[in-house]
Order: sequence, then C-alpha cells, then structure tokens
Amino acid sequence: MMDDAKSKDQRDSDFDRPALEAGLASIWKTPAGLWGALATVDHKIIGQRYIVTAFAFLALGGVLAVLIRIQLAQPEARLLGPDRYNQIFTMHGTNMMFLFAVPVMEAMAVYLIPLMVGTRNIAFPRLNAFSYWMFLAGGALLWIAFALDMGPDVGWFAYVPLSGPQYAAGKRADMWAQMITFTEVSALAVSVEIVVTIFKQRAPGMSLDRIPLFVWSMLVTSFVVILAMPAIMIASTSLILDRLIGTHFFNPAEGGDVLLWQHLFWFFGHPEVYIIFLPAVGMVSTLVATFARRPVFGYLALVMALIATAVLAFGLWVHHMFVTGLPRLGESFFTASSMAIAIPAGVQIFCWLATLWDGKPVFKTPLLFVIGFMFTFVIGGLSGVMVASVPFDTQVHDTYFVVAHFHYVLIGGAVFPLLGAVYYWFPKITGRMMSERLGRWSFWLIFVGFNLTFFPMHILGLQGMPRRIYTYQPDMPWHGLNLFVSGCALILTAGFLVFFVDAIRSARRGEPAGDNPWDAPTLEWATSSPPPSYNFPFIPVVEGSNPLWEQRETLAVGGGMRVDRRELIITTVGAAEAEAREASPRNSIWPFWTAIATSVMLIWSIFSPWAVVWGSIPVAIALIGWFWPEGTPEDDS
Amino acid sequence: MRERVVADFSGLPPHGMHTASPTWWGTLAFMLIEGTGFALAIAVYLYLMSLATTWPINSPRPNLLPGTLVTLVLVGSVVPNYLISRWAEQQDLPKVQFGMIVMSLLGIVPLIIRFFEFPALNVNWDSNAYGSIVWTLLGLHTTHIITDLVDTLVLAVLMFTRHGDNPRRFGDVQDNAMYWNFVVLAWLPIYGCVYWIPQL
Amino acid sequence: MTIPVASAVTVSVIIIGAFTLASFNTTRALNVGGSDDFIIKIRGLQWWWDVEYPGSSPEQRFQTANEIHIPVGRNVRFQLEGIDVIHSFWVPSLAGKQDLIPGRPNELSVRAERPGVYRGQCAEFCGMQHAHMAFFVIADEPSVFEQWLRAQRALAAPSSDAEVLAGQQVFLSKSCAACHMIRGTSATGTTGPDLTHVGGRQYIAAGLLETTRGSLAAWIADPQTLKPGNNMPMVPLSSEELRSVSAYLASLK
Repeated sequence: MMDDAKSKDQRDSDFDRPALEAGLASIWKTPAGLWGALATVDHKIIGQRYIVTAFAFLALGGVLAVLIRIQLAQPEARLLGPDRYNQIFTMHGTNMMFLFAVPVMEAMAVYLIPLMVGTRNIAFPRLNAFSYWMFLAGGALLWIAFALDMGPDVGWFAYVPLSGPQYAAGKRADMWAQMITFTEVSALAVSVEIVVTIFKQRAPGMSLDRIPLFVWSMLVTSFVVILAMPAIMIASTSLILDRLIGTHFFNPAEGGDVLLWQHLFWFFGHPEVYIIFLPAVGMVSTLVATFARRPVFGYLALVMALIATAVLAFGLWVHHMFVTGLPRLGESFFTASSMAIAIPAGVQIFCWLATLWDGKPVFKTPLLFVIGFMFTFVIGGLSGVMVASVPFDTQVHDTYFVVAHFHYVLIGGAVFPLLGAVYYWFPKITGRMMSERLGRWSFWLIFVGFNLTFFPMHILGLQGMPRRIYTYQPDMPWHGLNLFVSGCALILTAGFLVFFVDAIRSARRGEPAGDNPWDAPTLEWATSSPPPSYNFPFIPVVEGSNPLWEQRETLAVGGGMRVDRRELIITTVGAAEAEAREASPRNSIWPFWTAIATSVMLIWSIFSPWAVVWGSIPVAIALIGWFWPEGTPEDDS
Repeated sequence: MRERVVADFSGLPPHGMHTASPTWWGTLAFMLIEGTGFALAIAVYLYLMSLATTWPINSPRPNLLPGTLVTLVLVGSVVPNYLISRWAEQQDLPKVQFGMIVMSLLGIVPLIIRFFEFPALNVNWDSNAYGSIVWTLLGLHTTHIITDLVDTLVLAVLMFTRHGDNPRRFGDVQDNAMYWNFVVLAWLPIYGCVYWIPQL
Repeated sequence: MTIPVASAVTVSVIIIGAFTLASFNTTRALNVGGSDDFIIKIRGLQWWWDVEYPGSSPEQRFQTANEIHIPVGRNVRFQLEGIDVIHSFWVPSLAGKQDLIPGRPNELSVRAERPGVYRGQCAEFCGMQHAHMAFFVIADEPSVFEQWLRAQRALAAPSSDAEVLAGQQVFLSKSCAACHMIRGTSATGTTGPDLTHVGGRQYIAAGLLETTRGSLAAWIADPQTLKPGNNMPMVPLSSEELRSVSAYLASLK
C-alpha cells in the first residue's frame, strides 16, 4: 500500500525550490476574501487575530481604569454615581482578567508554539478557529451588556449572596457568568491544542530536554488551565442555576453555603494568576537568552521551577479567604504554601540574573522590559509574602494594599514581559521592526508611570482605604495620595499610547526585518518574516537546544513529505522520534458555524433553561458538519 | 537559511494510530477536563454534606432501582465496547459496523432508564442544596451520555458510507470506545455518592 | 554561576522560612479572648450596622446602630452575623477585619488599651453604598462606659417641648415607625436602625453625616440624593413636619 501511495502522490523531492514553495503555498494558503477570513485554520492568522483582539480589550480596560482614577481623584466626586462605578470596576477587573490577560498569553502561544517546535500548524486547527470566535463572542457579550447598562456590577469575583438571585436583580450577573463560559471554553480548547502540539508535533530530535523554555512554560500553563478552569465552570454554572431555576447551592437557608462560592472561585482564581504569569516567565527566559547572547543558565532548574509553581498554585487558594472565619490552623497551612511559592520564583530570577551577568547583554527595548519586569515583579512578590501572613492580611485584605500588590505582580510580572515579547516577535509576525526610539519612550513612561501610580497604593491601604469604593469622605486622609495617583496614571496611559502608536505605525512602515534580526537561537527565526502559510518548506530536524546558534550556516531538515496534501510530522513524546506523516485539516467554515450556534445557545440560556435543549440541536448539526469527512487527500491513510 | 536534508520521512505512515494519533491525545485531554469537572462536583456534594445536620436534607433517600439498573447496563456495555475496540484494531469493517449498532443501542437504553431515575431521587432540584447537587451530578452525567451517544450514532452511520473503510475511521471507533469507557468509569463514583452515601 | 545562584536560593529559603514562623507566632500572640469577654452582637446589613448589647439578662438588652461603645482595658467579643450579603467588620486601629457571612456566624475579639474614637468601615464589597458603610467604636473608661450603658438601656425620654412633641407625632403617624424602633413609643419597626438614642450618636447614616438637627432634616428630606440606592425611601413631609421631626430625633440623646 505504501508504494502505491508513493507513486500516486507528489513528494517534496519531486520539485525544485520555487515549485516546492508554490506547491506548498497553494495547499496551505488561506484564500483572500470573506470566506477565507471566516474559514481559515492557519494558526498564524488566528493567532494574530487573537493578539489584536486581546490588546483591544486591554485598551478598553485601560479607559475604564482612567475613569476610575478620575472619580477617585477627589473625595465625594460626582463624575460617576455608585451604580455606574460598580459596573466600571467590575468590568475593569473582569475584562482584564478574562478578556485580556489569559487570552493574550494563549494568543502568543497559538502563534509561536508551532513555529518554535518546528511544525506546520497547531494541533486541531479547526478547534483553534472555533476558540477564537468563542472568545470574541464572549467579549462582545460582556461589552454590549455594559453598553446597554446591563453590565455586571458585583465585582470580577462576583461573591454570593450579592450576585445571587436575591440581591442581584436583572440579568447583569448572568451576563458575567455566561461570559465566563465562553472564555473558559475558548481557553480550554487552546490548552488542549497546545498540549497536543507540544507533545506530538515537535521537530524530530527536539527531545523534551531540548524544547525552548517558552514552550515548557506553555505546556505547564496548559495543564494548569485544564485542571483549574473546570472549577470556575462549575461555579458559574451553579450561580446561573441558582439564579435561573432556583437551585440552592449558595443559599444557607436551604443547606447551601455562601463560602462554597469562594472555595470554587478561588480554587480556579489562584491558579488563574499563574496561568497569566507562567507564559510571561517563558517569555522572559526567551528574551534573556537572546539578549544576553548565551543560553539561559539553569535550564533544568527553570523547568523544575515552572512545574513547582504550577503544582503549588493549586494549594494557595484559601489565602483569599483569610478573614472569612475559617479555622486559623487551616489558614496557617495556606500561609506556608503561599510563602513557599516565592521560592521557585526566586530560583527563576536568580537564574536569569546569572545569565545576564555571564553574558554580553544587548540593551534593546525587549531587554529593558525584562529588567523593568524584574524590578517590578520582585516588589510585587515582596508585598505578596507580606499578605501571605494571616495576621498582616487581616489588616490589609480588601484595601488598596492588595490592589497595589496584584497590579505589581500582574503588570510587572505579565504585562512587562508581554510588551518586551511584542517588541521581540513583532518582526517575525509582520516582517517589520518596531521603533527602538519609541520603544524606549514607551518603556520609561510605562515603568515610571506604573511605579508612581501603584506604589502609593500600598500606603493608602495601610492608611485604611478599602477597595471597591466609589468615593471616600473628605475627612479621610486619602485625598492627597489619590490625587497624586490619578495624576501619575496619566503618565502610564501615555506610555501605553506610545506603544500602541508604535505598533500600528510599524506594521506598515517599520524597517524590514529579515529572517532573524535579533540573531536568536530558536526555530521560528529559521523561516521568513512573516513565515509562509506552511511555516517551513521542510520540517526541521533538531540536534540541540539552540538550533540556530548550533547550526549557523544551514538548517538540518527532513524530506519526503507530500506536497498535494497538508502534512506535518508526528513524533514521540519523549525523544521526538518521527512516527507518522499526519494530515492537517484544510480551511473549513464549520468552526465558525459551530461558534455561532454555541453562542446562540449560551446567550439564550441566560434567559431560559430550555435553550440548553433546543439550542443544542444546531450545535450538534454544526459539529456533524465539522467532523464529516470530505474525501480530500487529508483523509487518506 | 539553507537547508541540508538529513532525514527521509517518506516511509512514515500517512496516519498514526493510538499514541501516534492526535485525536487519541485530544480525547484523553477532554477526559481529563471532564474528569476534573466530575471530581469537583463530587467534592461539592461531600462539602455540602459535611455542613448539613442531616443528609439527605429534608428528603427520603433516593430509590435504588433505576440507578442500579443504569449501572448494570453501563458496566455490562464495557464488554461489547472492548470487542468493538479489538475489531477496529483488526480493521474488520463488517464486525465494526455490527458493533456500532450494538453500542448505539447500549447508549440509548441507559438514557431511557435515566428518564425514570430523576424522579426516583425523591427530591427536586429547587427543594434544597442536596436536591440541587444530586440533580446536577445526574444531569452532568446524562449530558455526558447524550453527547457520546450522538458521537456514536454519527460514527455508526459513517461506517456504512464510503468513508467507512479507512484506518482513520477505525481509529475514531477506538477513540470513541475509549471515551465510552470513561463515561462508564465516571458514573461509578457518582453512583456511589448519590445512592450509597445516604445509606450510610 | 552555580554557587552564587544556589546560595541566593538557600538564603531565600531561610528568609521565607523565618517569615512563615514569625507569621505563625504572631497569629498565636494575637489570640485574645476568654470567658470574661464583654459580648456585643453585630449584624451587617446593606448599608448599616445593627448593634445589640445582650447584657446578662433580658432587661439589660438594647439595640443601637453604627456606633459601638466598649470599655477600655477589657476583652470585647463581637459576635458577627451576616443578614443579607457579605460585609466585613474592620476597625483598623483596634484589630484586623472579620467577615459577616450569612449562614456562618463569626467572632472578633478586640481590646482597647486607651480611650478614644476608633473609626471602622465595611471592608467587603456589598453593593451600591459599600463606600458609605462606616461605623465608630468608642472606647470609654469603665465608669463612663457604665453610664453610657444605663443611658442606652433607658427608654426614650418624654419631652415637654412643643416642637419636639409635634415631631414625635409626625414620626409616629408617618411611615417612619414601619422600619424604625424608638423604645418607649409605639414605633417598633426592625428593618432599619434603632433610633431610641439617635440624637446622642456622633454620626447618622453609617458615618455619612455628623448628627445635627440640620443633617437629620437633610437626610429625611431626601436620603436618595445623599446615599443613592440605600434602602430608606423618601417620605414626603412638609417643611413644618420636617422641622419638628428633626427636632424630635435630635432630642433623643
């Protein structure tokens, strides 16, 4: 059977280079026009969409933050009434956590992982397309609800009973809960794709001890997503059930428990911040290596630190509940685990510092953001160790001290590396460099603006200012610092504006980048900028951890693959030995239809439980359309 | 960058089976996600039970008959499930076609019994938190059976079309059988929780 | 670089370990409380604090709102009960916070070493007016405290002032009594704060306004403008009625 097949199909060895590239392009390309845009399964196109959409949500969330700061600049200010303010701070947190921070990390992975591991597309490409539409739909649901004055107003954490049927009137809390379903489905789908891509589609020779640290971080993160997100699915579904059909999960009068919500939410909620942080850690490792001009120090320690962080992340959640009256002995266990998680973070910082110390650092914009990350994240980590202590936390819990802490670790720990990563990988994605000059401006404005805005919040918290208040009274000593903070927030805003302007301008008019402008070691830099639709004309074969530094003149590759169908190589999990030439699905409109059907079902179910029954029929039809074989060469075996 | 060819992939099979198949891994990943969800739902059950003064809350214990019947049917179905997996491994099309019809029926029967299982719980979902969690546990698993049944039916139809005689389809049948094992396995702790814990 | 990195990690482990132990020890040391505690029951509602002094017998029991007096130098145990949504009882200068969670009674022990006025504020987002849910804990010397207890236990003192009496009439004939209690009158509502001695409290509306006749009138005239979304409706009163009822409430010391 093998010989028959070989005589019928076309292999890459049959073609000369230009014909090969044309042949691969015709098989892998996404056609122009609306159908192409809706039906594409190219991880690079979907990844770019994801990244741009997530940054759009960042900008929207930033506008909300500016509104908050203007309102809080003066005591008893009248810019925003309590109802509008409560919607705005809920939207700010919900948007940043669910529509920006997690999706943007997933998005970077969707774009980069297949290139970094040397394959042609992400695993389950149609699922990837579906997950983007679900993400977009969830974000649209939330923001349209907000625009219609139906935005959630119960905080991003939606504690019951405030968010329950008795105290949260209307459909606001349901909008929040169902948006969660959209974004969780999307994130779970992407995580499955990433795990399978990393386990099974690595370039031959890229054994587990040779995969780039960003790939490790996304592998670990994806497992955290898979194990943590079911908790919030259960929580948000239970909340919808309580509100829609009268269940009593959270009703103490009928055997339910108010704290059950907090346990379920935070069992997800704490790993969630590591879902955001671990990819950033991977980005930092990448940037440090490239800009220190040497492989990162302590590869094994860094991998162990990633895994230790992920495991510990599941054992911290009660530190969000220190003042709920749980037994002090139990709470103290969570103090110990919350303090312990600082150790792997410390290991990582020390390894990166050692790399820079022993290397020949090139202080371009990405490295500036890395250094800014180290400074800022460490401060956030210090305040984290402080709030890990129960007695200390009983004072600062729910004050601006905590607001300062988590912005330090989230912006310092995730956004700074992300911005550096954007400067770094922008040339690969667009083929053009961003501006080094504007990069420095945006870095310094953001770094200075961030610290001036958020550091004083530690003090405000220690001065007794609680969180989530739409105003404060003039006789409180909080006016001066609040006014200062609000002013400095404008510096931070300016920094982000410079970043956005740079990105938008450079996409069209930036300096052409070439394949490897940073002289970086990993596989994505072996192909053109931007990469062709098929990523690599030949699948690379890897002989070390830093392929492009080990093989400077030529790239080792494998041949013998078909050009008349979409093909990539499946390898073993451990040693990455080639096992099969697997087909990769073509463009398909079914993921889009499935997303539409699922969105209709989910939005309808905010209003009626029968939506789950009737709405599932179009979903089933779309899924059958999706999986029904089409008799294309990809179906050959 | 210039390339040098160091490997020849042309001899590799055009489709991998078992651990060389991405869909096998994808099926495993979804089992992990859903398994975590079930584990959490059971944890919610145990948590609410630990807070209650009496359990079940204000209701009689569930009627054991329908649930036990479902359990027997599901556990019994593991045998034909194992057989169809073996036949798919051997790529024996007629036997697989027969087996898919059998598995489709074995997916429908528990659903019929399940229809009687809900009222046999002797409590409503909106009576109290105990009612809420047992209905939810049963509801989650029912959704599980329904989605796998639809999957089985579609695959059964496919096996009778021109696409049927293809190693990919046999791989799909094996993945589907693996998933059915999970549906049965996930039921056992739920059965234990809902029906036997109140007996203690 | 192995040695510097390994040393840095080791030092971090030691420091983190030390912090953890210090935290445990502090938790233990802060464990104040015993059998001689003075008990006060606190209920958190949107957006005010119901304060009950059970005393050692039913005749000693009384309720007040938003202002809590405690004796200096004695352990005071607050029994915290959530009624509607989660609130958090936090008076920073006296103790860490503790939540009031419906279905889960909690306790917080404090001990004031010095007399003074200690401000507190709700520290768990509880809806529309979470920002305006303050309270005051006033620590008195024991003799002053006993005096205060006796005064609070007393029923509302009858007055001979014409305007005050007119105001009492307004209070009892309008819808005020449906929600508010003034012991010694026919007003026995329990939905809103107990007003028996409201005139003697430093603030009204949970720390929103200093208690004066004028602020009482302003509050009653339009509670929704001052604290939008709170549960007190606007009760239409003529200016005459408003003047007299505010005089009445201000007189309830």
